[in-house]
Amino acid sequence: MSKLIASAAIRGAHQARNTAKERFEEALEKFGEDQVVELPNTAYYLPVFYGMTGQEVETVGDMRKIFDKVDQLLPPEPDQDLWVPYLGHTLDAGMATLFADEVTESLKYLEDPLPYRTEEDCPMEGDDFWLGAADDIVFRKRGLEFVDGTAPGFAAIVGSAPTNEIAVEIARELQEKNLYVFLIGESGGKSIAEQLREEGVQMGWDNRLVPFGKDTSSAVFALGFAARVAMAFGGVQPGDYSRILNYNKNRTFAFVMALGEVTDEEYARAAGAINFGFPAIADTDIPEILPTGVCTYEHVVSMPKQTEEDKIHEEIVTRAIEVRGLKVEVSEVPVPVSYGPAFEGEIIRKDDLMVEFGGQRTPAFEYLRMRERSEDVEDGDIEIIGPDIDDLDPGSRLPLGILVEVYGRDMQDDFEPVLERMIHTYINEASGAWHQGQRDINWMRISKDGFEEGLRVKHFGDILHARLHQDYGAVADKIQVKLFTDEDEVKKWREEAREAYHQRDERIMGMTDESVDTYYSCILCQSFAPNHVCIITPQRSGLCGGYSWLDAKANYQIIPTGPNQPVDKGETIDETLGQWKGVNDYLAEASRGNLERFSAYSMVHDPMTSCGCFECIAVMLPQTNGIMIVPREYSEMTPCGMRFSTLAGQIGGGVQTPGFVGHSKLYISSDKFISADGGYERIVWMPKMLKDDVRERLNERAAEDGYDDFVSMIADEDVGSTEEEVLAFLQEVGHPALELNPMM
Amino acid sequence: MPKSNDRKTTDKSRDLAAQHMIDVAAKKDLSLVWDRQSAQAPPCPFGSAGMCCSICAMGPCGIMKEGKRDRGVCGATADTVVSRNFARMIAAGAAAHSDHGREVAEMFIRTARGEVPGYEIKDEDKLHRVAELYGIETADRDKNEIAEDVGRAALAEFGQNSGELAFIKRAPEKRVELWREMGIVPRGIDREVVETLHRTHMGVDQDYRNLMLQGARTSLADGWGGSMIATELQDIMFETPGHPWPTADRIPPRARLNLGVLEEDQVNIIVHGHEPLLSEMVVVASKDPELLELAEEAGASGINVSGICCTANEILVRHGVPVAGNFLQQELAIATGAVEMMLVDVQCVMQSLPRVAADFHTEVVTTTEKAHMQGATPAAFDEDAPLESARDLVRRAIENYHQRRAVDIPDISSDAVTGFSHEYINYMLGGSFRGSYAPLNSNIIDGRIRGVAGVVGCNNPAVKHDATHVALVEELIANDVLVVQTGCAAIASAKADLMRPEAAMEKAGDGLREVCETVGIPPVLHAGSCVDNSRILVALSEMVNVGQREGRLSLGDDISDLPVAGAAPEWMSEKAIAIGQYFVTSGVFTVFGVNFPTTGSEEFTDFLFEEYKDILGGSWAFEESPEDMAARMIDHIDEKRKALGIDRARERILFDMEMRRKIDTE
Repeated sequence: MSKLIASAAIRGAHQARNTAKERFEEALEKFGEDQVVELPNTAYYLPVFYGMTGQEVETVGDMRKIFDKVDQLLPPEPDQDLWVPYLGHTLDAGMATLFADEVTESLKYLEDPLPYRTEEDCPMEGDDFWLGAADDIVFRKRGLEFVDGTAPGFAAIVGSAPTNEIAVEIARELQEKNLYVFLIGESGGKSIAEQLREEGVQMGWDNRLVPFGKDTSSAVFALGFAARVAMAFGGVQPGDYSRILNYNKNRTFAFVMALGEVTDEEYARAAGAINFGFPAIADTDIPEILPTGVCTYEHVVSMPKQTEEDKIHEEIVTRAIEVRGLKVEVSEVPVPVSYGPAFEGEIIRKDDLMVEFGGQRTPAFEYLRMRERSEDVEDGDIEIIGPDIDDLDPGSRLPLGILVEVYGRDMQDDFEPVLERMIHTYINEASGAWHQGQRDINWMRISKDGFEEGLRVKHFGDILHARLHQDYGAVADKIQVKLFTDEDEVKKWREEAREAYHQRDERIMGMTDESVDTYYSCILCQSFAPNHVCIITPQRSGLCGGYSWLDAKANYQIIPTGPNQPVDKGETIDETLGQWKGVNDYLAEASRGNLERFSAYSMVHDPMTSCGCFECIAVMLPQTNGIMIVPREYSEMTPCGMRFSTLAGQIGGGVQTPGFVGHSKLYISSDKFISADGGYERIVWMPKMLKDDVRERLNERAAEDGYDDFVSMIADEDVGSTEEEVLAFLQEVGHPALELNPMM
Repeated sequence: MPKSNDRKTTDKSRDLAAQHMIDVAAKKDLSLVWDRQSAQAPPCPFGSAGMCCSICAMGPCGIMKEGKRDRGVCGATADTVVSRNFARMIAAGAAAHSDHGREVAEMFIRTARGEVPGYEIKDEDKLHRVAELYGIETADRDKNEIAEDVGRAALAEFGQNSGELAFIKRAPEKRVELWREMGIVPRGIDREVVETLHRTHMGVDQDYRNLMLQGARTSLADGWGGSMIATELQDIMFETPGHPWPTADRIPPRARLNLGVLEEDQVNIIVHGHEPLLSEMVVVASKDPELLELAEEAGASGINVSGICCTANEILVRHGVPVAGNFLQQELAIATGAVEMMLVDVQCVMQSLPRVAADFHTEVVTTTEKAHMQGATPAAFDEDAPLESARDLVRRAIENYHQRRAVDIPDISSDAVTGFSHEYINYMLGGSFRGSYAPLNSNIIDGRIRGVAGVVGCNNPAVKHDATHVALVEELIANDVLVVQTGCAAIASAKADLMRPEAAMEKAGDGLREVCETVGIPPVLHAGSCVDNSRILVALSEMVNVGQREGRLSLGDDISDLPVAGAAPEWMSEKAIAIGQYFVTSGVFTVFGVNFPTTGSEEFTDFLFEEYKDILGGSWAFEESPEDMAARMIDHIDEKRKALGIDRARERILFDMEMRRKIDTE
């Protein structure tokens, strides 16, 4: 009986509104009309309200706008008899609840002490682990995973499981399905986040288990996240509610999982989520709404009506995924521990350590090479040269060399680094294993828990064999792995690996845009930013930092119909700007007419658009005759008067914005870095964190022009974050940008 | 005066309130429509087969299928005569709806100019959408400025001689292309009506295929022209039913229907006919404190306005004003003795009303210069001061209250939820933020809803009042077909309790019931008056459009692909034929009951019933019994489901990243 749900949700909406109103009156009293209210570091104000109405709420007084809308939306409860249609009313009540919840939750950020933490991951100890709203840094980083499909969606769990054990099982199963899990509210005084905490489960964005808040009103953070994804990556304008909601229905595969009793207010929030196309699946016996339409399939499903009592929690994840219409592709990897991207962020602390390898503590390396002859590789052969870790004491160290050998008819040496770089991710995705670095500076750990579940060094071989076949089956026909733990063997093979690293570097260094006829496109992000197209050249990697020209080329050969397509340069239109006829033609088609021209080397004339995944944004600073570059991780004010999040909001979503460009960190030291606009000599400001990142490569590049430590001539936040301060500094150090021609 | 004929009361109407009043009237020797119907029996065989031609003075000619009377004096064949008569019915029906639309457009312009106190532009949202269809700029403009332009653009379409009507482009692209290929996109409204009259004049178009191209074009000038203009502009002025725009309450009106809505101790005013222009103001005037006080002084506890026919439907779906009955109840309402005044405007008003009223104190008032009636009081509706006109009339009704004698009001009425405009349907299926037809298409594809049927039209004393309507509708909903209704057909179902939401639990098939419960709707939706059939055209187009936008929800790319059907089971007026023809021309399979006016020519009838399937994708059909009608409609719906590949349960599609990339997010 949907009417029961409608009645409950509408009642709940009125309650949520009244709560918000009380909080608002209190805040008005305590802080006054003009008190600024904001969620941490976001350019999207209160994102659900901003997305739906386009209205910016910046102060306590501004919240009146919200209540006007809420009161307009709130419907009466359905009558006993001769009721009027209630589906529309219920959905409106749901949205009104989300608006009200944004008031309630954002006002919490005025409290002292702050009820939420502002970092990405929960501290290892203590009860103060609720993370609250994701700021734009977290949101953009994680949003990227929604874009490339590594996270197919999210589960918003409200309440708590009947036992801690079930809580862990459900969380683990969702993690294994690669979903983000948002943990919200409580049931019977207990929250599932607390249950996981009690069981020692690591939580945080890195683990894809994110505890928002113990009040169910914090569920609005999940929907604020969804609304921002549509605005940031989908290029949807704030206020274009229909597109924001449909975008989420069709792209963000999320659902609500209600564990424990469902209260009126929770029904109201579920109704809010249904507006986004996110259905609700409950483990209690509640009325169902099975007819389809607002969501892709069912709207409300009650597990006790679907299955036997003792199978409810065993089946709830599978059923939820089906109800949402989500196809989860899970890597089948033969290891005794959980495996998937959700475990990539797991941290292994010293105390939890069983054994570690490399990390400058023991000799180590990882090296993937192709073999010319089929008989040189025996597929699936995993060989350990030296002892495995069975007999070690906790906290031990061991050398480790990983040699992966690949044979394939379509394998090329160019693909070696592409495949090799995946070792990091593949090993990290095993629960109980941790990996950092690459080549001969790699560092790996196996935890005590992982060890107890049976994880051994040998499994690294199994993982690499399985995952490389899954992802690179088109080029890798046969894969074998040798794992060296014998120190002498490691050292011997490390020499060979180093020789190979060196040769690769030489080869890549020599590649220029002129040396190839074909570039590659990347339209991976079109799932979220349908008008955006990346063009990747040897000297300009993808703006997300994830894809070099070689990667794109390899990906194309591996999946010929995939998101990386060869683009023939064709006739050169303008060598300096980096415009080619073939590229422009491709662009017009792939962007569905959104873009006509593109300059590879200019941020002023037809600059490349952005999906929203950029590592950095470069912005002209007209007074200085130069540019500033701000990386995604930097959340403070910049000399252009905007923070990264605001800038990102302006140039994401496939818009060509002269004077602004999104790019990778690597591109900064490229010879082709805005070479049409004056090149790296234009760089006048970067935060210190970015300077540290690029110092070595950029100084090396600048040395060719005779600069000694060019990076030190670039202003940073210590110099100031206004153009005036930057300018004064430039004059002091005699920065070359001051002498260049005007940019525009 | 003929005595009550030999038909039993229970054979005249299925409606208990009507039955009661028929018996009351019989006791008083009042002649009613049923009596006159039997006095006319048996009907003229030439006329009922469409074979009587009286358009020139060489005749009249009664054409016979065989023998030497197989042609008229002028040489016209049966096919020609039948098709001419049929085309003329379309023209007359189109003229009626469109002339209504014209009046509305004129009033709309005057309203926009602020010349008509009491009228205003209420639904700005809809104003903007309609303005867009006319290519009228809306940004940063005052609503009245926009409205005046819209009104002028609409009014201009009546006299327009070339080009296309603006609303035509609301039809699916493929349908419009077909019309263009056939050359039947209306150029203007009046032009098509006039040309039909010309081409059906003696000795002009004598090839029924060619003539029916014009018949089809004229019908489109009605459905997508005059009727649609009437609906859209009335909505903007008088509120879109269901009040779906953001600042409104979004609560559709609930009301009572049937003779029991007449109040024994109140001044009863009935508005009857088809236009809401005056009745809107009568409703306002009836709430005037001054007049209420006057009523009280006259000994009445209030002023009760109710309606009959489509004037009733207009104010019912917008404001929840009660309905006293449908077409065949107009005389019966007066026979209750409780009606102080019956205001009639245009169409479907029986000339017998003043005669029935003569036995009571009821004053019958004609309210338009277009339609006077002997024995009725002509009261010109002052277009400059409609509220004043309405007040005067209400005052007169109050003054008439003391003349009232014995009163016999059957204590029978039914509740209904009404007001299912296209805009409200959008709202009710997704709220303010996700409003769309997607859930409708989705549930049709899933099979919970088998299809959608429009059951519309009149009452006809030749068949039992309301009986075919109700039996057909009940059969359809039991088979999971969602029913949308207008006109007297809608009133029939409401009186049979089918428009209460509870009816879904009592009478709908399991699938339809589940959807009704989810949305909170009755299984039978009241969409308004007979000009509001244009809402159904828009709704059908939207069902196609939803699928065009999201492939997973596709129900084909033309109206003729949809699992839908139409019916007018108890039709009687020329307007019904015009409506039927515009539905068929738009691609809908449409069944008529009672009698089909072309049976004199097998060839022409075959053209409408069979050949049309290939030409238009929609066709006419005739069935007498509601069971056969339902069977034909359900068969058609099932055929369409099969063609769409939704006749079997579909596999649940799970979306991987690749598939999600391909879904449009608009």
